[in-house]
Amino acid sequence: MNATPLLIVTDLSKHFGGVKAVNRVSFELKEGELLGFIGPNGSGKTTIVNLITGFVKPSAGNVVYRGQEVTALAPHKRVLLGMSRTFQMVKPFYQLPAFKNMIIPLYSSRVKNMVGGKYGDRDAMALDLLEEVGFERDARVAYKVASVLPQGYLKRLELAKAIALQPDLLILDELFSGLSLAEVASIVPIIEKLRLEGKTIIMIEHRLRELFRIADRVIVLNYGKKIADGNPVDVMESDAVKKAYLGSE
Amino acid sequence: MENAKLNSKGLKKRRKERIDRGIKVRSNDIFAVCSWREMLYLSCPRLIPTVGILLLPLVLGVYWQKVYLSVAVFALLAISWDILAQTGMISLGQALFFGMGAYLSGIANHYWGISPFFTLPFATLFGGLICTLVLLPVLRLRGIYFSMVTLIIPLMLVRVIEATRIFGGTEGISGMAALPSKWLELYLISAALLGALFGFRRLMDSDYGLVLKGIRDNDRSVINAGINIYQFKAQALFFASSVGAFAGAFMTHVYMFVGMPVFALDYSILPIAAAVVGGPGTLAGATLGAFILVPLSEILRGIGGLRIVFYGLFLVIFIVALPEGIFHYIQRKYHHFERWVEMDR
Repeated sequence: MNATPLLIVTDLSKHFGGVKAVNRVSFELKEGELLGFIGPNGSGKTTIVNLITGFVKPSAGNVVYRGQEVTALAPHKRVLLGMSRTFQMVKPFYQLPAFKNMIIPLYSSRVKNMVGGKYGDRDAMALDLLEEVGFERDARVAYKVASVLPQGYLKRLELAKAIALQPDLLILDELFSGLSLAEVASIVPIIEKLRLEGKTIIMIEHRLRELFRIADRVIVLNYGKKIADGNPVDVMESDAVKKAYLGSE
Repeated sequence: MENAKLNSKGLKKRRKERIDRGIKVRSNDIFAVCSWREMLYLSCPRLIPTVGILLLPLVLGVYWQKVYLSVAVFALLAISWDILAQTGMISLGQALFFGMGAYLSGIANHYWGISPFFTLPFATLFGGLICTLVLLPVLRLRGIYFSMVTLIIPLMLVRVIEATRIFGGTEGISGMAALPSKWLELYLISAALLGALFGFRRLMDSDYGLVLKGIRDNDRSVINAGINIYQFKAQALFFASSVGAFAGAFMTHVYMFVGMPVFALDYSILPIAAAVVGGPGTLAGATLGAFILVPLSEILRGIGGLRIVFYGLFLVIFIVALPEGIFHYIQRKYHHFERWVEMDR
């Protein structure tokens, strides 16, 4: 494991008009760590993901990835450096079959350099990746157009698209939301397997029970501010967190 | 069926079931080469239009040969529109590409005395390049905003030519060299059309084309795949504008004239109508649309004043009766058989 952190976020802020969606948040992420972000609705979790991945420009603060300042870098270039994310609202290519959805990340120069792939190879790579996230090969679900797939498969497809990019840092934005307990239970092993492969993962979750089972560390946000940071058990014991979640004094 | 669903009139509800024809399924794999029937099934959709386009100039009279030239030119413009539409850019300014190509080849031929054999590739390449550079700043715009800008630019260029009186001003430039023979004209444009149709169809079906279609479906998701969408959009724009510029350059040498009308709205609107009537998203549909609409407009010429009314009426009928486009309808009938089945739930 490397001594220097994979990701250093310093004083990151984002103001939408007068609203401080993210307010001077700082944290470091070690390689191989699984960090969870939790917090009530509107506490700035997704905005932090957007700031780290470059989809939204920060008002202040900076992001350093592998010792490189990436605060002003375009989002697609950050992906090429090894950051990859899923969206909370799934963003498949609805008019394409599921496995053709996978071709687009597989076409990026990062995958070309790391794995290779000529025309025709990518179809096979796509089917393998989809099988990994639970598209049963025999059921031919992978050949169906994305617009007819149920939510559970769309979430898996979203995950597969992120994994296809061979990321070092994988950011999962509410991957479990809208899924049944059984579906969540079938995705958790996939994430555990990714950890064993040495991937660093950030998870934004409302499903605390499932998150705490796999997370090394949790950061709690409230009104854009970091109110707790530490291992899951300690964090839930802290007074600030109880107050934010339960509203009690 | 006992538990069949009933509609308000007490009749059994039905839905249309669509099943792949046996021959379609058989032709999907290696067995296709086992029989003439399967091989013909696969090759007919390609052979018929190819042979048709190659034979058509031979059987037409002189007047209809001229019409054919304009059909092919509009088909190219419709293909150019469809390439952009498949990348998620709805252009209302095919006239920009057409006019740019027309003026470039006109200028090269008239002022510099370059032969049409060189002005055509010159205008295709540089017309495509200039149009791409002009539209580069608006690639960030999406939807209607992109459309508005593409609509305005050709109209603006007309005024620039009118006000500054460059390149012959309102008079235009005439006396351009024509291509040496009528047959060369006919077969050059046929070859260009077939090349553009099958070449770009192949491109759009490749992995590269999937990225373009991905941009139309969801551009943020393509960014999230580590792909620079502006680079891909610019490339699609270059393909589309080159096709349009070739059409314009070709027409300059057919009419031996280039003037302000090359930026007219006709060259923007008719290609869209052709693509919509034929069925967008396939390029073949756009071509088919041009092959229906342009001759239709010629036939209606006999009616005189009411021509536009009838033309408009046909357009409305096509779009209401077959909103998916004629090509998609034919494709469906070719690949599937349909039957009504009762709905049991």
